[in-house]
Amino acid sequence: MALSGPRENDRKGENSVFSKIMTPVDLAHLGGLQRALDCAADLAGHYGADLVYVGVTAETPGALGHNPAEYAERLEAFAAEQAKAHGIVASAHAMAAHDPTTDLDDNLFKAIDETGTDLVVMQSHIPNLTDYIWPSNGGKLAAHAKVSVMVVRG
Amino acid sequence: MTDDTTNQGIPEPEGHSDIIETDYQIGQDNIETQIGPFGLDVHNPVFLISGLTIIAFVFYALALPEQASAVFGWLRPWLTSTFDWFFLSAANIFVLFCLFLIVSPWGRVRLGGAEATPDYSYIGWFAMLFAAGMGIGLMFFGVLEPVYHMAISEPLGVPSPIAEDGSIIAANVEAAKTMGLAATIYHWGLHPWAIYAVVALALALFSFNKGLPLTIRSAFYPVLGERVWGWWGHVIDTLAVFATLFGLATSLGFGAQQANAGLNHVFGVPIGTTAQVLLITGITAIALISVLRGLDGGVKLLSEVNMAIAALLLIFVLLAGPTLVIFSDFFSGLGAYAKNLIPLSNPVGREDTGYVQGWTAFYWAWWISWSPFVGMFIARVSRGRTVREFIICVLIIPSLVCVLWMAVFGGVAIDQVLSNPETSAVKAQVIDSYNPPLSLFAMLEGLPLAKITSVIGIVLVIVFFVTSSDSGSLVIDTITAGGKVDAPVPQRVFWCVFEGAVAIVLLIGGGLASLQAMVISTGLPFTVVLLVMCWAIWRGLRDEAR
Repeated sequence: MALSGPRENDRKGENSVFSKIMTPVDLAHLGGLQRALDCAADLAGHYGADLVYVGVTAETPGALGHNPAEYAERLEAFAAEQAKAHGIVASAHAMAAHDPTTDLDDNLFKAIDETGTDLVVMQSHIPNLTDYIWPSNGGKLAAHAKVSVMVVRG
Repeated sequence: MTDDTTNQGIPEPEGHSDIIETDYQIGQDNIETQIGPFGLDVHNPVFLISGLTIIAFVFYALALPEQASAVFGWLRPWLTSTFDWFFLSAANIFVLFCLFLIVSPWGRVRLGGAEATPDYSYIGWFAMLFAAGMGIGLMFFGVLEPVYHMAISEPLGVPSPIAEDGSIIAANVEAAKTMGLAATIYHWGLHPWAIYAVVALALALFSFNKGLPLTIRSAFYPVLGERVWGWWGHVIDTLAVFATLFGLATSLGFGAQQANAGLNHVFGVPIGTTAQVLLITGITAIALISVLRGLDGGVKLLSEVNMAIAALLLIFVLLAGPTLVIFSDFFSGLGAYAKNLIPLSNPVGREDTGYVQGWTAFYWAWWISWSPFVGMFIARVSRGRTVREFIICVLIIPSLVCVLWMAVFGGVAIDQVLSNPETSAVKAQVIDSYNPPLSLFAMLEGLPLAKITSVIGIVLVIVFFVTSSDSGSLVIDTITAGGKVDAPVPQRVFWCVFEGAVAIVLLIGGGLASLQAMVISTGLPFTVVLLVMCWAIWRGLRDEAR
């Protein structure tokens, strides 16, 4: 059901700089994502863009659900909470991967296409030595995605 | 505010499944921490206890090599000769149980929910089943075992066709030839795959349908209830990690020796610790790349490539060898297997103790000690299959592939031994002197393009080790992360490197044989574990069908 928030659609239109913002979330570690979540919500409000929260889960049972369907429900609930808290239009896009640790980047690239995203806002750590061997997910997305990517450090 | 255009990237809800509601939350006992730049998310205490116990046993084997060798060198044959009836009876139960599941109404239950769709195509699935669980054995025993059973071990008392002076006793040839193949197929057919199928089905059922973590202890929930999350479960999981890591590390150590022997045979590469350490390092490095690329981009891809090369080698040997004889061997071997299956499986009153204790009970203990690893790996890639489809594909089809492999490799080797006993390299390496690592290369020598096929053989041996090593590292990482498959990457790197390091230390310091004997000895407690799993599967499926 589409519901309007206080700021929804007031600046939304064809001339918007961004119309769909995607932000990847790890529901098990939300604490470390706060800056990116706030930033994404603010940008969504500012540009009147829709915000989509993307989460990638394993197909095996995990802390966030017995199966991908339960995980998807949690992600939707999270999106609804965020929408209410920030007064924006938000949706959830849950994905299931065979090996989420290594398939995360590929899934995020896929999610950009599937959701029609034109801006990705994502949290990433401050680069260290290991990033030369294993680039961060944010780093890889920024380097290879065809859409704008804003990497929020810290 | 959510909008109604929510686009889920996951499959639609996957239909009814009988979720077990438990107070345990996956990851609740895990410790999440940061060591330098590396993140860790490990189960407390399984990760630590497994790691420390493994180190302690390595030190034991290095510090007191003679004692370790005496203890485990005695333990393994004692177990297989004392409990041969138990191993054989249990394996028979596993086969009957699996065959029953195929025809039972529970065969309709789908792993992952009533409407789940399979994660992998048949080809990718089969490639991973073989590459993890049996590929390396087929390379090692494909020539050795049929020839050995035909000429030396005399299964069911069928006499050898080779006299002591090396001459051929024509009257014994046909019966010994078919028995050689049948006795080998018995070790690579329904029974080992039933062992793997029981563990894999238990884990897949309790994980994908019941919602419990993908770890060995989950299959014990019907027996232990909530206690499974406590020390009972810690012990079960630690034992599984222990058996898997030592099984892989000791096999890797011996595998390096075999590959070294092959390289020496083909290229004259000197046999020695340097070459073997380099081989282990190389195998571990490739496995590392594979685990870093993940299940699809690494393990599955490598398994498919390896199976394709193995299939090409099989076709080459089939065409270059006496093709019609091989086809005839395939059917006569299969027929003899069917005919002798019951006498070969008979657990009591056997007179062919050399075969039944030295080979069959040893194999059953070996397959069972590997079953937590292979079973868990099979479980992880089997979501979306029905129980019936699962059993047919894990039991019947791999058995037939093994029959074909043994008929081709064993058939050609037996033909070489019997047609030219004086010049046969296989006879020299298997019968005259027992030199298992060279048996495959000896057979290939008798065919055209031996140099090229031997190189392919060595590559296959090495890559099959890689595909066991990478899938094993993923399994150990999942168990030591309390069933989480999305633990940080450095953990799987740790286990992969640790396994290579243990192999190198044991290779240099000695102790490979005694610790491998110890791993095979874990087959005895795991046999009890597997019997309990059969009961758990029955309970689980019964509730699922309601």
